[in-house]
Amino acid sequence: MTFWTFLRQNWNEMLTLVHQHLNLVLISTSIAVVIGIPTGILLTRKQALRNPVLGIANVMQTIPSLALFGFLIPLPFIGGIGARTAIVALVLYALLPIIRNTVTGILGVDRNVREAAVAMGMTDRQILWQVELPLAMSVILTGVRVAMVICVGVATIASAVGAGGLGVYIFRGLRDVGNTNLLLAGALPAALMALMADFSLGLLEQHFSVEAKTEKKRASILNKIVLAVIALVLVGGAYGTWRAARSRTQSLAGRARVVLGSKDFTESVLLAEIVAQLLEVRGLTVERQFELGGNLPHDALVAGRIDLYPEYTGTAYTAILHNPPINDPRAVYEQVKREYAEKFNVEVSPPLGFENTFAILVRGTEARRLKLKTISDAVSHARRWRAGFGQDFMSRADGYSGFSKAYGLKFAEQPREMDLSLTYIALASNKVDLIAGNSTEGRIAAMDLVQLEDDRHYFPPYEAVYLMRKDSLARVPLLREVLAKLVDAITTEEMRGLNYEVDSNKRGSSEVVRAWIKRKGF
Amino acid sequence: MTGVDDNPLVEFRDVSYSVPSLSSPIISDLDLKVEQGEILVLLGESGCGKTTTLRLINRLLTPTSGRVMVEGKPTTEWDPIRLRRRIGYVIQDAGLFPHFTVERNIGLVPSLEGWEITRVKERVTELLSLVGLDADKFAQRFPRELSGGQRQRVGVARALAADPPLLLLDEPFGALDPLRRASLQREFGELTRRLHKSAIFVTHDLREALRLGSRIALMHAGRLALVETPENFLNSNEEHARAYLETLQLHDDEEGFTGGNR
Ligand SMILES: Nc1ncnc2c1ncn2[C@@H]1O[C@H](COP(=O)(O)OP(=O)(O)OP(=O)(O)O)[C@@H](O)[C@H]1O
Ligand SMILES: [Mg+2]
Repeated sequence: MTFWTFLRQNWNEMLTLVHQHLNLVLISTSIAVVIGIPTGILLTRKQALRNPVLGIANVMQTIPSLALFGFLIPLPFIGGIGARTAIVALVLYALLPIIRNTVTGILGVDRNVREAAVAMGMTDRQILWQVELPLAMSVILTGVRVAMVICVGVATIASAVGAGGLGVYIFRGLRDVGNTNLLLAGALPAALMALMADFSLGLLEQHFSVEAKTEKKRASILNKIVLAVIALVLVGGAYGTWRAARSRTQSLAGRARVVLGSKDFTESVLLAEIVAQLLEVRGLTVERQFELGGNLPHDALVAGRIDLYPEYTGTAYTAILHNPPINDPRAVYEQVKREYAEKFNVEVSPPLGFENTFAILVRGTEARRLKLKTISDAVSHARRWRAGFGQDFMSRADGYSGFSKAYGLKFAEQPREMDLSLTYIALASNKVDLIAGNSTEGRIAAMDLVQLEDDRHYFPPYEAVYLMRKDSLARVPLLREVLAKLVDAITTEEMRGLNYEVDSNKRGSSEVVRAWIKRKGF
Repeated sequence: MTGVDDNPLVEFRDVSYSVPSLSSPIISDLDLKVEQGEILVLLGESGCGKTTTLRLINRLLTPTSGRVMVEGKPTTEWDPIRLRRRIGYVIQDAGLFPHFTVERNIGLVPSLEGWEITRVKERVTELLSLVGLDADKFAQRFPRELSGGQRQRVGVARALAADPPLLLLDEPFGALDPLRRASLQREFGELTRRLHKSAIFVTHDLREALRLGSRIALMHAGRLALVETPENFLNSNEEHARAYLETLQLHDDEEGFTGGNR
């Protein structure tokens, strides 16, 4: 599919994402301006506060955005899932440049000019409004410009907490190997937005710079037009935001009864979508908070921001409950069920019928040439190989460190840590020689990759289950009925097929799920 | 200025001013009176404390010891804003607001004092012509579009704008060519006499001091060396005064100037 056809087909969705993105950026930047400039002014008056406050703002900037989102989710009022959390995080990032430039701009006003103002009998307030702020304005605007460009960038990550925006396309594109259309459709508008913010605020900045203050410039019509356009964009953005906020509050009136979450990959989305459609058929309103990144689904479930999400027993057992890996499926399931009930008041559904375990993959050509069947077969060759692993595999207890010890694996160099979906491309294009993929990945066969058998039974069982809050089950009894239908209902082959439909055949997940439900006769 | 005419306009009573970073005071034991209608010239070499003395009057600085009285009241007891609105200050290098036009720079204090716009505009035009600048040409310019000397003249006009009873001028004509300088000195002298203005005028140019001052206060290293009328100053035997007079002699020999006959 060409980029052009993609655009034509997804025009509406893309406009929605652009609008969401723009809203996130405009709202956060405005809030940061409203908080940041007065704070900056205060800091020029109270020297003792200056270093502590700038220090805190500095530290804020160094917190990785996903970590900050994770930290915000469980917080009351400002936290949660969706745009509000994203805006809080964006504001925290945008504050530093605005505060810092306000302080620098005001303190940078020529000493003689300030002295003249004092000597003329101007009050502190008059000096601030008539002398300091106008003279500092272009420096302050530089701060706003930097803040806005930062916001455009960070807002792409906001999709991980369900805030929407262009990050939705970018993350989907990253997971969906080879779909450059999605990546482009996300990245291009974001880049354009950053450039436009940079350019328009740059113009505004020039307008306020002292150098620009000459007789000729003052009268220039062009200048007035530029200002008018900027004002129009701002007013338009504000109006759109107001409209969006209004429609949001209106939809809150008929508030969703069940909030479903999912992890940020196709299979998890599909599993959540299945529950969503089965509930909707039965007349329930469902709110979808899909594609949550990292540990966010778990945090959100525990914090009561979502009612349910699909999980894997092995992941729950090791990554969340921090138990040492074992490989008896029943023991793992029972232990997970018990601990979740005790610790989180969360119920674990019976297994859905398939496993999504780590699949150690090599290229088919290589496997046939070297006659590789098991992971042990590969150990002797690994010294000449490079490996690439997703962040998840590198960091979890049942991931790389235990795995390499169990098999005595050594690679030519430290494994590359990269986005999981990119590892498939990296393997297929000879950039790495071994990866840890997912066993239900639809494209394993399509890309001629071979899964090596876990002959030492290192990996714990990863049976798919649903996790849901006990109070949600009590509130929505229908949930139990729906979940009962899904026990042992999906085979590994079926799951691979569903994944393949979405990832490789580019069909929408809701459409794929609808067809599957029909086939199953639910 | 006020009804209390027996009070000098400005009076330094044993004033010292020091900063923690310097071991010796910048101003030491200064005693000085400035009467109504008088033009006192502060004369002295660079760094002797002239600007500091001015800044003590409008309370940009407060004395470390002693008192500076304005109209019989210590500056520390004045409301600083009221005090400063009564004192026009021409800062050493003009200190114009770079983001305001000439018109707004000059009209600022009158506007702050609540004058009507038309009256402010008239006043600006009047003052600009007083300092020899064409209002049509200069009123709408920004300071960066002026030469150094033009900026200084706008600075003088700004200090005069709200008709303050006291003027503090810190080397206001420093950047002017000799012709323009002489004519402005003449106009300034006439102006202050006619309007019965009081002024403290800083310079390190003896000829300017002799031309303008009703009295000359000679400072040296933060102390007052001598306060005399111009006639007496010319005949003084005080060592620092002699040093200044010798430079005059030198110039006179070169230029055939007959100093003192104003
Ligand atoms: N805040 C300060 N800290 C330290 N030293 C200062 C400070 N202000 C002034 N001085 C010093 O005090 C002395 C007097 O300064 P002042 O500006 O009054 O001199 P001046 O007579 O106006 O000189 P000029 O003719 O060069 O303008 C100088 O030696 C200057 O370096
Ligand atoms: Mg000086």
